[in-house]
Amino acid sequence: MAEGWHKVVRKSELAEGEMVGASVGDKQIAVYLIGGELYATDNICTHAYACLSDGYLEDGIIECPLHAGRFEVKTGKALGAPVTKDIAVFPVKLEGDDVLVKLD
Amino acid sequence: MGSDAIVIVGAGHAGGRMAEALRAAGVAAPIHLVGAERHPPYERPPLSKDLLTGKVAPEQTFIQPAGYWAEHAITLHLGVRAEAVDRAARQVRLSDGGTLDYGVLVLATGGRPRRLTLPGADSPRLHYLRDIEDTKALQAALRPGARLAVIGAGVIGLEVAASARSLGASVSVLEMAPMPLGRVVEPAVGAWFLALHRGHGVDMRMGVQLRAIHDTPSGARLELADGTGVEADVIVAGIGIQPNTELAAAAGLEVEDGIVVDDCGRTADPAIFAVGDVARGFHRVLGRHQRLESWRCAENQPRAVAQVIAGGAAPYDEVPWMWSDQYDVNLQVAGMPRAVDRTLRRGGDDRFTLIQLHDGVVVGGVTVNQGRDMRPLQQLIAKAARPDPARLADPAVPLAQLAKGA
Repeated sequence: MAEGWHKVVRKSELAEGEMVGASVGDKQIAVYLIGGELYATDNICTHAYACLSDGYLEDGIIECPLHAGRFEVKTGKALGAPVTKDIAVFPVKLEGDDVLVKLD
Repeated sequence: MGSDAIVIVGAGHAGGRMAEALRAAGVAAPIHLVGAERHPPYERPPLSKDLLTGKVAPEQTFIQPAGYWAEHAITLHLGVRAEAVDRAARQVRLSDGGTLDYGVLVLATGGRPRRLTLPGADSPRLHYLRDIEDTKALQAALRPGARLAVIGAGVIGLEVAASARSLGASVSVLEMAPMPLGRVVEPAVGAWFLALHRGHGVDMRMGVQLRAIHDTPSGARLELADGTGVEADVIVAGIGIQPNTELAAAAGLEVEDGIVVDDCGRTADPAIFAVGDVARGFHRVLGRHQRLESWRCAENQPRAVAQVIAGGAAPYDEVPWMWSDQYDVNLQVAGMPRAVDRTLRRGGDDRFTLIQLHDGVVVGGVTVNQGRDMRPLQQLIAKAARPDPARLADPAVPLAQLAKGA
């Protein structure tokens, strides 16, 4: 496996339009399947301690389950209060059924 | 007097967002933001939570960095009160002796804590919680081991209780009603929160009446109607707010538990608008006038009203929504129905969703630790949806699916 790439989930664990949370060491990652494409972001909201993977995903926007802060999954952009700080996004690739995420 | 300036009275959350939204809507006229508090616009939810526990500093509650206002040609007049509005002259008279001429006036004067009037209500140990200074004073008093008495088991009271427990205080909560959160959720959910707080060691005294507060050499004694007492070092009363409507009333505007406005924030005076906690606006989703005391209203209503001022037509018709965080529990409530004849429940003991119906129509929803259901619940409420109750109660049917089909 190339350096920096980590196996996080199997693609078969993901339903279209859904996301799952996974850990890599002490890092919490959310992996999404949107329109057949895979995306990954940090899983902890930048506003308060909540897992985005427990939130609501629609039209490529993830809504945090605590206070409804919204991020654009593809870019990590915070879309308005209460979230003002963007969420980190990570490159994703598929090897067979394995979804890999590249962390720093 | 021929001014095109916009004067916003009230530099709180709604007033601040009003100024921002006017600039975002392309309004170039001078904007004056007048606030009695000495802080620039800030949001209030952290006051009973992270600011009280010391997790964040006051600056982190500001809705914009300090330099933002001047950068956007928004003049802040902080520590200044508006004393009177002269509608004929289109002028606001200020407490510092100055005056501001306006082309448009926005009243965002918010509310002030309702105060106790019983004997002993002037006790120096009694606190209210509305602004940053209140929070700082309360935080200083809540040393580990302090005995806190909270009067009122509403959202503020319960959040203060939870925060105080995390600071090592011992806490009693006194409430007249049989269940906490009576204005916000139905009794079954109130009961859940009663158990939550008791599980965290809070002495929850429901259905009690406070008669007097007696200062003693070692603290204070809260005397209840049944003759028993509660000892405390610190007391917080969270018994609601009164809207600050005096300025509007004196100017001859219609007030009734708030400044009465339409769904676009307009008063009967075409040059005067009202937003935020003070505004009793018409809300299409509710089909009535209602004053909303919520973060979301302060956050978003100004944006809609700014569009109207700038020449658009954008009624504010979001589904009312609020949250409360207590310990590690997140409560969210959507809608504000006057009548509920059926409540369906999805979920278990630790996390659940309630869907409230009236005549088969979804009119409200509650989530406890299940915030992901809130978006589809709000969609169902906004559409006045009539889903099949069997499917609504079936946890295998995603709420999102019911919302899309509605």
